Amino acid sequence: MNESPLLRVEDLQVSYNTPTGIVNAVSGVSFELGREKLGIVGESGSGKSQTGRAILGLTATGGLVRAQRLEFDGKDLLNADARTMRRIRGNRISMIMQDPKYSLNPVMSIGAQIEEAFLVHHPSSKDEARERTLDMLRAVKIRAPERVYKAYPHEVSGGMGQRVMIAMMMIPEPDIIIADEPTSALDVTVQLQVLAVLDDMLSERGMGLIFISHDLNLVASFCDRILVMYGGKVVEECAAADLEQAKHPYTRGLLNCLPSLDGGSDELPVLRRDPSWLNATEVP
Amino acid sequence: MIDIRNLDVIFGHGSKLHHAVRDFSMKIEAGQSYGLVGESGSGKTTVLRALAGLLDRVARVSGDMSVAQEQLQGQQRSREFRRRVQMVFQDPFGSLHPRHTVDTILSEPARVHRLDRIEDRVVQALEEVGLDASFRFRYPHQISGGQRQRVSVARALITEPEIVLLDEPTSALDVSVQAEVLNLLMRLKRDHGLTYVLVSHNLAVIAHMCEALSVMQNGGVVETMGVQQLRDHTPAMPYTQQLMTASLGSDRAAIDAFEEFA
Repeated sequence: MNESPLLRVEDLQVSYNTPTGIVNAVSGVSFELGREKLGIVGESGSGKSQTGRAILGLTATGGLVRAQRLEFDGKDLLNADARTMRRIRGNRISMIMQDPKYSLNPVMSIGAQIEEAFLVHHPSSKDEARERTLDMLRAVKIRAPERVYKAYPHEVSGGMGQRVMIAMMMIPEPDIIIADEPTSALDVTVQLQVLAVLDDMLSERGMGLIFISHDLNLVASFCDRILVMYGGKVVEECAAADLEQAKHPYTRGLLNCLPSLDGGSDELPVLRRDPSWLNATEVP
Repeated sequence: MIDIRNLDVIFGHGSKLHHAVRDFSMKIEAGQSYGLVGESGSGKTTVLRALAGLLDRVARVSGDMSVAQEQLQGQQRSREFRRRVQMVFQDPFGSLHPRHTVDTILSEPARVHRLDRIEDRVVQALEEVGLDASFRFRYPHQISGGQRQRVSVARALITEPEIVLLDEPTSALDVSVQAEVLNLLMRLKRDHGLTYVLVSHNLAVIAHMCEALSVMQNGGVVETMGVQQLRDHTPAMPYTQQLMTASLGSDRAAIDAFEEFA
């Protein structure tokens, strides 16, 4: 990639003060993102979602975010005021959440929600917003856009709801999409269809994607590059195509403990966690 | 061991009528692990609930079911059936009483079934699922998701069942924990000669655990096969082939060729 990266993260730390002491959810994560698909994989508690949220300034109250550098398009996100963040969040960097059931407003029609996302960042007439919304619903391969426009979130299926989410996040034409387990609540075939829609839009518009997921195989087949997180650290970085040759024992352990469609032995290899993984500062 | 013929389950009436299971049949030998696989809403969990007798006054259930030569009457189940057939649910966060200690959770089924040596049984069941006695007096919120699922398995084992119905037992768990729980289930089956009915949306889990399986869609059976056919990637029906392709990861050419199956 010749152009300068869209997003630079250097030594990102997210910590929480709890009654039982300080918990370091993210400790020292560094990466750059260009116009590419970057996967962040890890198990629950690895800090992958916390990393995504920290970029957008969505860390829960009580959490402390520090970094050497957290820069988007040359702008410092770490010390940006609320007004600057509002102009970036949604407009330049947006986030797709896991479950459309909980992230769409249940008492607002789908059309009105998507229009709102557009109008907040692009003041224009109601008619134009409506046109853009219908175009966007068509772009995410919704066959009856007029019907879905008028529908409420509970009236559409999970797969359709997630396409609506994608439409809503895409309509301000952001540069970066952060997708946190965007398809984990969906059936496999629907999951892949939704990802295909996302993929088309990313390549048409030249956006960058951070895809946060626990599913190694999915990330390996969908993304260009992968970061593997464990205990708040990036333990391995590799091209998605090279995941099979991953070197870190944690990544290898994760790959090996997956049951295979081809069957195989009675006993699955169990992941043995080595405490030294948490101390390593260098990515091997 | 288990014989289900022409099972139909209907929820609701009139415009809200939902035909969840249609003309479903399956036959499971003693000591077998049998998989039910399908997407959400395909009726796989409803089959388990109908078998366990959990749909009384909830749905209209018809068809013939027999378990170990015992003909089941509607959704009524004998005390002996309830001891012999146990269930493990998907969500270890929702299926354990939050205000009961592990000890209470495990001893309750033993008391209900008037078993003797309850304390010994609790300790032994914990040991079998790989938890030491220090877990006995903890509450569910004090242990991890994987440990909770082990407690759910221990609770199922305490009545010395012959059949265990497993409803997505690992889908709420991280893959490394999933491997541990699957290994545990395999070992318990060997040690106790259990018969499993395993419901899952994950074909790889079924391929790993089961000897035979039925693929469900819209409440009906699409096809029934031995596990080797699945492991060889040679299912007969297009629906199953598509499901299998999808579970192998993102492949653009394959996705574009996906069909709608109604």
